[in-house]
Amino acid sequence: MNQEELNKKISEIKDKLIGYEQPLDNRIYLSCESENSYALNKFLFEDVPLRFVIATGIDSEDCFEILYHYAYDQTGCVITLKTFIRDRENPAVESISPFLPAAEWIEREIHDLLGIEIKNHPDMRRLILADDWPEGVYPLRKEVKK
Amino acid sequence: MKKTIKKPVLSVGPFHPLQEEMEFFQLTLDGEIVTDIDMRLSYNHRGIEKISETLQFDQVPFLVSRICGICSATHPLAYVRAVEEIAGVKPPERALHVRTIITEFERIHSHLLWVGLAGHFIGYDTVFMWAWKYREPVLDLLEEITGNRNNYGNVKIGGCREDIPNELIPKILKELDEIEKKTEMLTKAVLDDPIIHARLKGVGILKKEDAIKYAVTGPTARGSGVGIDVRADDPYGVYSELDWKVIVQEEGDVFAKAVVRLLETFESIKIVRQALKKIPDGPVAVEVKEIPPGEAVGHVEAPRGETFHYVRSDGGNRPVRHKARAPSYVNVPSFKASCIGQHIADVTITLAAVDPCYSCTERLAVVDGHNNITHDYEELLRLSREKTARIMREA
Amino acid sequence: MSWRIKYLKKSPWVFHVNVGACNNCDIEVVNLLTPKFDVERFGIKLVGSPRHADALLVTGVGTRQAAIRLREVYRQTSKPCAVFLIGACACDTGIFHSGYHVEGPVDNIIKEVDPNAIIAYVPGCPPKPEAIISGVVKALSAI
Repeated sequence: MNQEELNKKISEIKDKLIGYEQPLDNRIYLSCESENSYALNKFLFEDVPLRFVIATGIDSEDCFEILYHYAYDQTGCVITLKTFIRDRENPAVESISPFLPAAEWIEREIHDLLGIEIKNHPDMRRLILADDWPEGVYPLRKEVKK
Repeated sequence: MKKTIKKPVLSVGPFHPLQEEMEFFQLTLDGEIVTDIDMRLSYNHRGIEKISETLQFDQVPFLVSRICGICSATHPLAYVRAVEEIAGVKPPERALHVRTIITEFERIHSHLLWVGLAGHFIGYDTVFMWAWKYREPVLDLLEEITGNRNNYGNVKIGGCREDIPNELIPKILKELDEIEKKTEMLTKAVLDDPIIHARLKGVGILKKEDAIKYAVTGPTARGSGVGIDVRADDPYGVYSELDWKVIVQEEGDVFAKAVVRLLETFESIKIVRQALKKIPDGPVAVEVKEIPPGEAVGHVEAPRGETFHYVRSDGGNRPVRHKARAPSYVNVPSFKASCIGQHIADVTITLAAVDPCYSCTERLAVVDGHNNITHDYEELLRLSREKTARIMREA
Repeated sequence: MSWRIKYLKKSPWVFHVNVGACNNCDIEVVNLLTPKFDVERFGIKLVGSPRHADALLVTGVGTRQAAIRLREVYRQTSKPCAVFLIGACACDTGIFHSGYHVEGPVDNIIKEVDPNAIIAYVPGCPPKPEAIISGVVKALSAI
């Protein structure tokens, strides 16, 4: 697929998105609400198909965001799906590891560092913080200083 | 699980930087075949992403080049690529050449390091000593250019901090010829050896479907027929102007990955030669006053695979969020797919084929589900070398 | 001088411990074995167990998870022993001093086990192999 065909393929899911930006030819940013995250990720990984790169969790003052980064190597395009999690008290999102084993570790890390619940994760154990790290302290949250 | 492991896992001495720990990689055995593995991180977690938020944009390259010692030219380059995109800055042509040259030199000495390690794991200590001896000229050249053997600190937002003086170029080209000759000799010695064929061929196969499911990158992917390379797919530096090729092998075993790395070393030497001959005159940096609000991603091809950084700015002095992903983060879990079903004596070389950045590898422990016998790292290494010795006797 | 200290100075066997390093220092330590620097000619050998070691070569900042294990390794090292802290991270956490997962400079971690530990510092990022050799030799002659 060239870049135009890729753009066209991605616009198939436009109705589930709340934002679409293409600042450069080969950089696309899609935004969606957390309820649609599972379906959209499945589409991007299996139907387009794209290569999963990594996910970034962000504490954005009034909400949480998880950015899922994908790459389309034939055109060098990087497509980022921004998922907004509006509930700050009990943030949660559906796990994409059941169809994407590559996401297992990063989802565990996002849970460790930001405290976002990843529902239906096949193996939700502590990944990156020490065994004796206190529960409930999420280092990457903005209110936590050292 | 803590109770069944009595001995701490020990390193074999030289390589594995960390050894003491018990539960990092735990393999479950059925007889002599691996049936399951489990991995624990955390020993090396330093909280770099949070530290980034306390530093100014131009201080971050110094922090990220210390994420991993042997990918230390590529992490700052990926970060700077992202920030330059946010700021809409294009570094000058000469800076792109210098960046390409330093990144490729790093690839050369990183692959030679890997060849040495692989030799050590299967008991060929001569290969280890030669490979590490022949990477020293590369480190000396890098020291002449940038001032340090590792941690070059040469990349900054807008270009490079240090230039390559034109008077140095003939010397670098001459040294490159020497390095190429030695690498040819090492390649022949490694790839034509029947014992190495017996130890590495058909071992630790990562199938193409698994390579895609685990989203691996770098030589781990290219050894399994997935021909991705950021230098060709989303070019940066001057790769799109030079003549070189992406090396892909189909078999997916450790031998295929060794072939990919060795042939890539020759491609890197080609790239450096061309870049040095074509390097234009001019400044090596443009001034960047401030970073406007925005976000961007930057990725480059490190020796181990794709290094990916995401940066978000709100117009201030410091990044709001900085995400750094090293290639080993996706490559190491694929060890699960390539290791299950393997013989225990092949475990160390299978893990080494992924070329994990040491910050990830270190500890290996084996739990035998039936007998609760544990093997530590030294034991696994001993088994690996015994297998080589056995093959040599029967050959 | 006790015979133990005498042999420690003559041909120290070292055990390498990484408590959260980027591996640059570790690679330089391994470089010591390779033909260009070749420390085995001085009798310095890297061993696989702290119980066989006369000296510990420690690299890394001392992350929370690794600190407990470092104390255990120090306890298991046969005494008398010397501890060499290689690199800026081990000497004083270097650039990672504000990290939330960093327990503290390695010398504090070791002193919790043994306040009279013999500790030598080799700064650098990474220290060149020549600097490591020089640091080890200087420290041993001062013991």
